[in-house]
Amino acid sequence: MPREGILVETPYERLTAPQVEMIHQASLEILRDPGLICFNGRAADIFAAAGADVSSIEKSDPPHWIVRIPERLVNEAIDNAPKTITLGARNPENALVMNGDEPRVYFVTGSETNIWLDTDFKAYTKKSDQSVEIQFPEFIPRRGTVADLCMSAHISEHLDTLDGFIRNVNIQDKDITEENKDVNKFFASLNNTTKHVQAGLTALSQLDNVIRMAQIIAGGEDALKENPIISLICCLVKSPLQFVDDTTDAFIEICSRGIPVVVSSAPQAGSTAPIKEAGILTQINAEVLAGMTLGQIVNPGTPILYGTVPSKTRMDTLTDSYGAVETSQYTVDCTQMARFYGIPNYSTSGVSDAKAPGQQSSIERLFSNIAVSMSGPQFLHCAYGLLDCNSVFSPLQAVLDDAHFTMIKYFLKSPRIDDAEINEILSQIRTVFSTPQKLYIGYVRKVMRSGLLSPLYPFEGDREHDAVFHLAYERMKDILAKPVEHIDREKTSQIYNEIPGLLPRLNNYDEGR
Amino acid sequence: MNDIMAQLKENVIQGRITQDDEGIDDTLTGPGVVELTRMALDSKIPVKQIIADGLTAGMEIVGQKFNAKEYYVPDMLASAEAVSEAMDILKPHLEGSGVASRGKFAIVTVKGDIHDIGKNIVAILLKGAGYEVDDLGIDVPTEKIVEYVREQKPDFLGLSALLTTTMLVMGEIIEALSAVGLRGSVKVLIGGAAVSEEFAREIGADTYCADGFEAVRVLDSYRAE
Ligand code: B12
Repeated sequence: MPREGILVETPYERLTAPQVEMIHQASLEILRDPGLICFNGRAADIFAAAGADVSSIEKSDPPHWIVRIPERLVNEAIDNAPKTITLGARNPENALVMNGDEPRVYFVTGSETNIWLDTDFKAYTKKSDQSVEIQFPEFIPRRGTVADLCMSAHISEHLDTLDGFIRNVNIQDKDITEENKDVNKFFASLNNTTKHVQAGLTALSQLDNVIRMAQIIAGGEDALKENPIISLICCLVKSPLQFVDDTTDAFIEICSRGIPVVVSSAPQAGSTAPIKEAGILTQINAEVLAGMTLGQIVNPGTPILYGTVPSKTRMDTLTDSYGAVETSQYTVDCTQMARFYGIPNYSTSGVSDAKAPGQQSSIERLFSNIAVSMSGPQFLHCAYGLLDCNSVFSPLQAVLDDAHFTMIKYFLKSPRIDDAEINEILSQIRTVFSTPQKLYIGYVRKVMRSGLLSPLYPFEGDREHDAVFHLAYERMKDILAKPVEHIDREKTSQIYNEIPGLLPRLNNYDEGR
Repeated sequence: MNDIMAQLKENVIQGRITQDDEGIDDTLTGPGVVELTRMALDSKIPVKQIIADGLTAGMEIVGQKFNAKEYYVPDMLASAEAVSEAMDILKPHLEGSGVASRGKFAIVTVKGDIHDIGKNIVAILLKGAGYEVDDLGIDVPTEKIVEYVREQKPDFLGLSALLTTTMLVMGEIIEALSAVGLRGSVKVLIGGAAVSEEFAREIGADTYCADGFEAVRVLDSYRAE
């Protein structure tokens, strides 16, 4: 049994059917003219061989090509793209099964944050009443390490609302190099959560080591195909409309090995995409379709998620603003476009512009998490614990977010209205009507125990001052005290024997050796 | 004559590069900064005056509007681009005009990194501030940068990196420049989301800049030294 996620039976949509069709047609037109600039020679050859119109730019440095993609190739790619994609997990009960036309939302972590935010509590005494002491948090930023990534995976394992894990800490230890980064980030993640693990690839040379590690954990080559416990994410198209060299190379190799992968495009409306909704939508859709098309030509039927991370540019700094309401609008639209093609969608929500947990971060993340969840993206990077756009990870914020998602998941449950329910309700109303107290309380008790009711907000204080941070911190400590199911001794030793570059300190069995 | 200069200043403020640009005030039509600069040259207005009373005077107002939050970065960039187009037109006339060159600034995204939005913004702002700017592109190998410094002798070298893996390349570039005795010939500025003041010190860069505006301030302060 895979994880349930939450099925949004009537998803929120902004676009009418004719508008969806217009965006689709406009994207196809963009793919034909002007096409894309391609900085990767192999991709240019692959497109040319498949029948795209590829012209090379004379004496260009770095060398690049113009690739014009005909509608036929895009249609073939959409036909070949799997409409159901399974992302497996070390614990098969944590697998995610995504159907492109079914708005079932799975919530996952995400981003590669450079900064880890520790929390420390200081006691303050009220000036007007010395008997009142409150705990107030101090946030301390530092560079993330592989130990932090382990801790984050550990916390994620025990957050009930969380369906999967995208490595969310950029490991910056002194002994992490470009060469050994991939194997260590995957091992640290896989060893501390039994949920699905996704990450980007830092060095193409490590792809086969990462896949081999996943095979050992899953129980062999075929077992990994059945239960793909890892997936990758590639931003191969840089907005506007440019296939970048190295990520495109990586993408081609990933597709040819049939590993599930997200083609993601991240244009910023106002700088690397038009500021208007129709503009950024047309462009991002064209960019994702271009990536999809390349992947399906390389290996027809390979699992690719339609990944969209549009954002609005902040006018005061020209950086990306995820707190902006337009960012949520664009994302909701993209989810609808993906559903139009029947391909599972990767989207982002909940990223806040705020630098520390607090009012702004709660308001911004809740706003976009509610709006975007309602639109029904299948694989939602919903920014567990992220702050300052996506450059800071706060485990405390992740625990706070878990409470938000409990609320959102309850909210998204479908109404239960059928004949049996109506009959029961009619009899209830008639019965209570005739009693002297006229209260329904007696009927609550069973419902209360059925899991149908949303729980109370878990971090509610009992005084006039807010106790949210402190209570969430206590919960975080409880979570970290819970055990993690690590990869077993035998497999760990096989991994350490076969895969080069793993840090000895990540080995739970032969620590330090 | 005064009319041309007043129009030039107003069009810098509006960020109207050519007569076809919309600007932000619909009522402003007619020649833009490019046309007005040519008209000023044709009317034999001294280059020094075109720069001071037209371009710089306009940019000063833009700066004030920006600080007052009446203008945002897109406005600033439009004006900076207009000024840099004007400077391109004036370039052949600078010699003997009494206008000192502000210096040559080369900017590049280092090997392995393809992020360039920030780099491009910094380039536009510096060009608008009157610096000669050479953009070497993205994902540029260290040897190529060293070669460039040897041949083109820029006064300033700006390095951009957004990944924690590629920021290390910045240190390698500085070492490579030192190894061939070129480090002293150029001031090195670094920027991008991954780097910091502390990192600049660590690798021996001259300074770290949080954004393009800081880069303009820093370069101006070097000139004042
Ligand atoms: C947009 C973006 C992209 C776009 C780039 C588009 C483009 N044309 O540049 C795309 C989608 C292509 C992309 C790709 C990738 N990205 Co990216 N990207 C970003 C994002 C969201 C914003 C960067 C940006 O443009 N900001 C807006 C500009 C205006 O700001 P800025 O660049 O910081 O520049 C300002 C200042 O820093 C300064 N400055 C900058 N450079 C310089 C230089 C000098 C000399 C001076 C004086 C000043 C200066 O002035 C600028 C103007 O104010 C950042 C997140 C972030 N918070 O930075 C991630 C981010 C940098 N990316 C990240 C990652 C992981 C990637 C990928 C590896 C993803 C993948 N798996 O494929 C690839 C990298 C490929 C490669 N080899 O480089 C991570 C990096 C984490 C890490 N490892 O360090 C980040 C931090 C996001 C995250 N948290 O996960 N990315």
